[in-house]
Amino acid sequence: MSAQPVPLPADRAPLLSVRGLVKHFPIRRGALQRQVGAVRAVDGVDLDVFAGECVALVGESGSGKTTLGRSIARLVEADAGTVAFDGEDLLALRGAALRRKRREIQVVFQDPWSSLNPRLRIGEAVREPIAVHHLAPRAEQAGRVAELLRLVGLSPEMAARYPHELSGGQRQRVGIARALATGPRLVIADEPVSALDVSIRAQIVNLLAELQARLGLAMLFIAHDLALVEQLADRVAVMYLGKVVELGPCSEVLARPQHPYTVSLLESVPVPDPGHRPRAVLAGEPPSPAAPPSGCRFHPRCPIARPRCATDEPALLPVGAGLAACHYAGELKPEWKHSGAAGVESGRIGPLAGPDTDYRTHLEGR
Amino acid sequence: MAAEPAGARVLEAIPGRTPLLSVDRLSIAFPSGDGWAEVVRGASLTVGAGEVVGLVGESGSGKTMTALAVLRLVPEPGRITSGSVRLHSGRPERGDTSGVELLSLPERELRRVRGGAIGMVFQEPAAALDPVFTIGYQLVEAIRAHRDVTRAAARQRAEELLALVAVPEPRRRLDAYPHQLSGGQRQRVMIALALAAEPRLLLADEPTTALDVTLQAQVLELLLSLRDRLNLGILLVTHDLAVVASTCDRVTVMYCGEVVEEGETAALFAKPAHPYTRGLLAAVPRLGQPAPRGKLPTIPGQVPDPRLRPHGCAFNPRCAFVMPICRERHPPLYRLAGGGTARCFLHDPEVRIVEGIEAAHGVPASLSSEGTPSS
Repeated sequence: MSAQPVPLPADRAPLLSVRGLVKHFPIRRGALQRQVGAVRAVDGVDLDVFAGECVALVGESGSGKTTLGRSIARLVEADAGTVAFDGEDLLALRGAALRRKRREIQVVFQDPWSSLNPRLRIGEAVREPIAVHHLAPRAEQAGRVAELLRLVGLSPEMAARYPHELSGGQRQRVGIARALATGPRLVIADEPVSALDVSIRAQIVNLLAELQARLGLAMLFIAHDLALVEQLADRVAVMYLGKVVELGPCSEVLARPQHPYTVSLLESVPVPDPGHRPRAVLAGEPPSPAAPPSGCRFHPRCPIARPRCATDEPALLPVGAGLAACHYAGELKPEWKHSGAAGVESGRIGPLAGPDTDYRTHLEGR
Repeated sequence: MAAEPAGARVLEAIPGRTPLLSVDRLSIAFPSGDGWAEVVRGASLTVGAGEVVGLVGESGSGKTMTALAVLRLVPEPGRITSGSVRLHSGRPERGDTSGVELLSLPERELRRVRGGAIGMVFQEPAAALDPVFTIGYQLVEAIRAHRDVTRAAARQRAEELLALVAVPEPRRRLDAYPHQLSGGQRQRVMIALALAAEPRLLLADEPTTALDVTLQAQVLELLLSLRDRLNLGILLVTHDLAVVASTCDRVTVMYCGEVVEEGETAALFAKPAHPYTRGLLAAVPRLGQPAPRGKLPTIPGQVPDPRLRPHGCAFNPRCAFVMPICRERHPPLYRLAGGGTARCFLHDPEVRIVEGIEAAHGVPASLSSEGTPSS
């Protein structure tokens, strides 16, 4: 378990402070269902989220990012560690006290098809959390629902519809309205746009950014798409096999990654510009979290692994502008295929934003 | 086609190229209410030998249906209502110009094409691999279904195939069951299975969507190396423009059941000619070039249900360049001066002047003739 403290800005305390969080899922076999092992989904994670900031959790499947998010929201019970929210230990809360705190931490789920009750009208779905938490007298609830629907860019008339009448993007807006209904201070968004169409994703990403700024929300954004992360997050935590391997300001981590895993992840991302062949930097696949490798968990796949990596587990230590858990942090340099401006300068990419005053020029030569 | 306005200039299949696969004006309909709804409408595309063609679109665009129709696998109660799907030898020097019409091929012969000349790779390896048989057994069966070889020879060939798709320890893996393999290895095995009968063409429907990025990069690299080594034609169905950019030679973009743009990948990405393609490309965040927070370019509105296709151009309710004609008439495909085609009235010089979009959109009146309608 890594006990390395995360350096904190001296002037403010984090809203959410996770220390040494562990969640193991038992593997049971045989007639007696004896435990024969454990999937070490989250294996000693320290993480802070400050009020109003967006922290992204990135990693591949099996990295533990979703389990970490769910442990914080207490959708699964952690095995060890502490989760302090506004100074209070969430994991110790029970009953009414837990319910009260739950209002302040809400979750937006990935799949807007399965996260809404198909028999509940949209208005009811959004009203439910208000009623459960007694946030408004019955007479005012409908008004509050209309307000929430408008907030997420839906017409209040949507309240009378059923989920099947809505598109994926509209459903995800309802999911966000539901999460906001209780007036949370922290929103845990677990892959909130992965299930949506490409043309709809940008709408929802913008909505999340807008709401976050407008309502001063703190957000834990769980994602695998690094370009989206860059679009939303202030800081990013990279996870591999249950551990945070790199943590720092988003712009720094993506521009100057220190951990070889982060570098490999960045290099593997396909770029929507022709001419780049995907580069499979990493051979093989992540080992099973039920049997993580010794020493540094990344060493069997690491392009710069040395003997020490197989035996000594690296601690998460300050490197550059952030933290990295690598004995040889910063040694593997990215190839900079992503370094932005290249595509624009070569004229391959049209202007991305802004009104199209020059569509004619744009079309020339096609 | 009835829906085409009178005098519309509809493109014929690309001339001057002998493709491996040519889909011509394919339409697919599903029962809807008391009639039929066209989920694919007049889609044409080609794939040449050694060429990777991306078929891109969002949900309801008809991309998967189009790919399934190639092998007449459109699920019930869907029907292929018109069009042609031809499979060519890819060797014009042998005098094969017309190829085989797959849509009228007897079912027995078609079964030899499925998994024979045309291999298939799907998003979910679980759907293609049988959990109760070993990898080796399934590969041997697939090989022997299309080639008259002994079991021992087939097993030898199976081992070679696993080595070809870079599965480690291929001989040992032959005796493994699908559940004993990791997700990435299952995907490789499925590709090996698709290659069992030495196909000329591979249909790959979202082959990397279920995979993590590091695995996705490996599988895409594998597909490209197979193309290079076996001169395979690949039709890659995907929603992911980044995957297209990094792997495809040409792209066909579908929207609401129709092909709206087609072109060489580099040209299409540099100068998307259809406003939908352009919006889609802009809406994808690029690593290293973040838009200001909350200001990612978007396409407004929702992806339409193909059963409720808007009148005129299907994209008109979401289009930033919409003109009156777009709401009234269905645009044909226009051939572009720099190659490729686009289904958009912006490429019709007459329309632009007649409709006076200069006034509406601030486009200068001195319009060049970049868009020449094909005849």
